[in-house]
Amino acid sequence: MEAFYEWFRWLYEATGINLTIFYDAFDRNRMISGFWMTVRLCLLCIFFSIVIGVVGAWLQGSQLKWTRRAVHGFIALFRDTPPLVQIYFFYFGLGALLPRVDNAFGIPEPILTNVQWAVISLSLFAGAFNVEIFRSGIEAVPKATVEAAEALGYSRLRAYIHVVLPLAVRICLPALNNNIVNLVKTTTLAYAIAVPEMLYVTKQIWSDATNVPEMMVFLLLAYVFLVGCVVWVMARIERWLKVPGIGL
Amino acid sequence: MPESAVPLLRLRDVHKRFGAVEVLKGVSFDVAMGEVVCIIGPSGSGKSTILRCINALVPIESGSILVDGQEVNDPALDKLALRRKVGMVFQQYNLFPHKTALQNVMMAPIHVLKQDRKAVEERAWALLKKVRLEGKEASYPGELSGGQQQRVAIARSLAMNPELMLFDEVTAALDPETVKEVLVTIRELAEEGMTCILVTHEMGFAREIGDHIYFTDRGVIVEHGPPKTFFVEAKDPRTRQFLDQIL
Ligand SMILES: Nc1ncnc2c1ncn2[C@@H]1O[C@H](COP(=O)(O)OP(=O)(O)OP(=O)(O)O)[C@@H](O)[C@H]1O
Ligand SMILES: [Mg+2]
Repeated sequence: MEAFYEWFRWLYEATGINLTIFYDAFDRNRMISGFWMTVRLCLLCIFFSIVIGVVGAWLQGSQLKWTRRAVHGFIALFRDTPPLVQIYFFYFGLGALLPRVDNAFGIPEPILTNVQWAVISLSLFAGAFNVEIFRSGIEAVPKATVEAAEALGYSRLRAYIHVVLPLAVRICLPALNNNIVNLVKTTTLAYAIAVPEMLYVTKQIWSDATNVPEMMVFLLLAYVFLVGCVVWVMARIERWLKVPGIGL
Repeated sequence: MPESAVPLLRLRDVHKRFGAVEVLKGVSFDVAMGEVVCIIGPSGSGKSTILRCINALVPIESGSILVDGQEVNDPALDKLALRRKVGMVFQQYNLFPHKTALQNVMMAPIHVLKQDRKAVEERAWALLKKVRLEGKEASYPGELSGGQQQRVAIARSLAMNPELMLFDEVTAALDPETVKEVLVTIRELAEEGMTCILVTHEMGFAREIGDHIYFTDRGVIVEHGPPKTFFVEAKDPRTRQFLDQIL
């Protein structure tokens, strides 16, 4: 490993290509923690946005007019406004309104950290799209299939969990894939509220080492890798869900 | 025709409308325990709607439907209790395409009745065997023929141990070859004493297994009787015209 790192020092000395994140332990650790922060953001936001999508799509089918309207308003708000504005709204707008609490040292701190605000706002952003995606899947499930479940004594919720959702997910998986890939890329917006994710640490590193082109290329490749992993996992899930006779 | 004091199913003056269209205009009939009743009639006359009203898939405007003493036209109706008693098989099978044949049969008893998985699985194997689908337990609906899917659907309904089975043109989507295998299954059920209501266009079959035939047209029962007399002595011109077309 040490030889691997040293090769980059040699590369710098021989060619001027300066990748401090390999040979400099401090920059390397910064980049590693930035990478894990991005991964954490992605996993949390993917999880919560799917939960929001599943629950929202269920509520959208509600008998109650005001429940449906509320979901509709939520979608309109988060789909039709820029995600960066949403993040600012949550962090600077809502965050400032919430009371502060004293930490262990008696210093008042915001209730939610910038990382938590980023997770909340990005999950809602992607969740709004997921509601629409799941709804399109649910609408494609034949009514007759749901009726068969009803005739077997399934309640609306049980039919949703055991019949409608499994079929809807299979139908809307391609659209869901797209949205999740977009979400992974959108996590870079957390940069704007100083969440130390990959873009943020990259900027720190190039400010110190003035190696902007190198870091830019590295960052692009890092996202190609990250999104590649996501796409690979989604393809595995798609294959795992595949059932003969259901078009996917 | 078996005739017991209290019928398993009793419809009285059932009215049903979809928007402005009155689809059922006062339907009344009784079905005794163990009886096999066939409903015939032209397309759009309300046959499917009668069945869908019986297991509360659609609400009715007025009238009374008593299933085993339970009133279906009641806002406080316990739908689960009703649907345990009434099984329904559809023209388009409507299996759950993401589950195997065996799982299709097992799902409702486990999810709805909360029965023990092991016992349910044992029963599901037996039911699939009963409908002659041994070896197809692990197949998905998409891998089965229409007739096989319909028999899975019948087994799926039977897994709930219903007292009354509703069949809505269950052979109408099948080719003539496979119609027979489904009819054999239904006949066996009828012979075992299962109470059945069949909506069907298979006049030969209705005549053979029906205890009583009802003819519907435009939302009313025009004429009814045991098959022996019904098919030869039907008097109403609408019935005659229908029978002449189809026979
Ligand atoms: N959900 C619904 N909404 C509006 N109208 C309906 C609905 N279901 C049925 N109808 C109408 O009710 C009438 C009776 O329909 P039903 O399906 O009971 O007829 P059917 O006798 O079963 O006919 P078929 O032999 O074609 O199956 C038809 O005119 C149909 O258009
Ligand atoms: Mg019909």
